[in-house]
Amino acid sequence: MTAIATKYETVIGLEVHCQLITRSKMFCSCSADYSGAEPNTHVCPVCLGMPGVLPVINERAIEYITMTGLALNCEISEFSKFDRKNYPYPDLMKGYQISQYDLPVCHDGWLEIEVDDERRRIGIERVHMEEDTARLLHRTDAVTGEGYSLIDVNRSGTPLMEIVSRPDMRTPAEAREYLVRLRQILRYIGVSDANMEEGNFRCDANISLRPVGAERLGTKVEIKNMNSFRAVHDAIAFEEIRQARMLDAGERIVQETRGWVDERGETVSQRTKEEANDYRYFPEPDLPPLKLSRAFAEAVRAKLPELPAAKKERFLALRLSEHEATALTEDRERAAYFEGVSAALGLEPQRSAKLAANWVLGEVARWLNAGQKEIVDFPLGPEQLAGLARLVEDGKVTPNVGKDVFEKMVTNGMDAAAIVEAEGLAQISGEDDLVEAVRRAIAANQKAVDDYRAGKDASIKFLVGQVMRETRGRANAQVVQGLLERELQEND
Amino acid sequence: MALTSAEVLHIARLARIALRDADVERFTAQLSGILDHFAALAAVDTEGVEPTAHPLPLSNVMRDDLVAPSLSQAEALANAPQAEDGYIRVRAVLE
Ligand SMILES: [Zn+2]
Repeated sequence: MTAIATKYETVIGLEVHCQLITRSKMFCSCSADYSGAEPNTHVCPVCLGMPGVLPVINERAIEYITMTGLALNCEISEFSKFDRKNYPYPDLMKGYQISQYDLPVCHDGWLEIEVDDERRRIGIERVHMEEDTARLLHRTDAVTGEGYSLIDVNRSGTPLMEIVSRPDMRTPAEAREYLVRLRQILRYIGVSDANMEEGNFRCDANISLRPVGAERLGTKVEIKNMNSFRAVHDAIAFEEIRQARMLDAGERIVQETRGWVDERGETVSQRTKEEANDYRYFPEPDLPPLKLSRAFAEAVRAKLPELPAAKKERFLALRLSEHEATALTEDRERAAYFEGVSAALGLEPQRSAKLAANWVLGEVARWLNAGQKEIVDFPLGPEQLAGLARLVEDGKVTPNVGKDVFEKMVTNGMDAAAIVEAEGLAQISGEDDLVEAVRRAIAANQKAVDDYRAGKDASIKFLVGQVMRETRGRANAQVVQGLLERELQEND
Repeated sequence: MALTSAEVLHIARLARIALRDADVERFTAQLSGILDHFAALAAVDTEGVEPTAHPLPLSNVMRDDLVAPSLSQAEALANAPQAEDGYIRVRAVLE
């Protein structure tokens, strides 16, 4: 990659198609939630493309795309319209797709990414609204051996949003980071599940190379069929090397569409892209235009939740580390849980935040990882976890006992104080309560005592451990160590 | 505006219409005539005139995001030339 970086600059733009989670479809009242449904059961004359039917715009979809545009710092078009994109393909029931050509709902925004400690703004050219296509399955006839296709129209007409970046990315890592941040925002604002594996977040990449320092863009190649963030990264990394080798050999890059073949780890040519304007776009005569006023956009903006970047800044201001702030804002639910714990702790804000972060990223994260679960599955409420954190923080139980209590809580759902009370797990800090156990440890471990007196300071840790064992971990380790030192000196 | 026969064949291919040679000749003349009509419209001075996105003085015609019952699978497939396992069956799609 470094060889490429010194000679050529890679220019990457991404097009993301993302399904909106509306209840009904974009232009008809069929349910948009078709996952797991029998084929062709979420269909009506409109989404089947019967002659003479009329589409009607789903208002929530327009609200969702506006939310997306605002979250991506876009301008919201005060005048916007739909257009017909014509192409014959069996997944397109009407022979055209209702899309937006020259007046998209949102345009000219940006998304900030951070790679290798460098923050960069990636331009968003446009976000437009369109409808999804039917799903095709390809089969082979058992008798004739000929291939044929099956169509499930359930997906046809579900609201699809296309987010087009400017060619502002320069490395595969930046492209991946852009997708990670984009997905995070879409999930935060609750407009899409944005799940690439499930096909409701799809990405095509445009990539070209140009000599370092050159202004003119090279011939671009479009890559499709990437089904994970890793695939996007790997496909771009493959393609920049392929193109660099061609340029080095004096060959010309052909403008074409290439498909990523994951098993082979390479892109292969699909078809040359001739005559780009063959879609014959024209204004959709069945849909009057959209006039989205400033007031409408501002009303939508007021409904936006705090976005991940702003949240992270706020967490950093609470003196959390970069790592902590990033991890806690990864998804909205985790951030909300953390804030719940922090608020319930009720200490000075920075101390509450630090303590809550330690537990949420420590014991809670470990428990979630072990069970491959999400924070929404976590059985303890924020107040319950805060209750435990306070017991440890206030010295009512030792840190080790705290971890045991945590395990008991997630199993039986009881509050920390009740478990400590019922099982007698409170920390023992009184010297009078510990001195007998300390003397017994000294009497029973002559070798460690001798070692300590011979100058092996570490031996005292062993003796502390013996006292902890006898008290089932409840003893205050510092008090025990102090007592041990005193007893060992007195008996010198 | 005179179209070439190559342009007519291209349009026919986009529309998925098969043309015989005699048709190509006939349609080249007819389509050229239609384009001449548009050329007359194009001659009008539209300087400073807003493009019309829609002939009716309407905007923001939208519906609430509510679900209504769909067709049954049998109804959905009633017009399909061929069906299989609840799907519409068509000839192989060539990439
Ligand atoms: Zn429908």
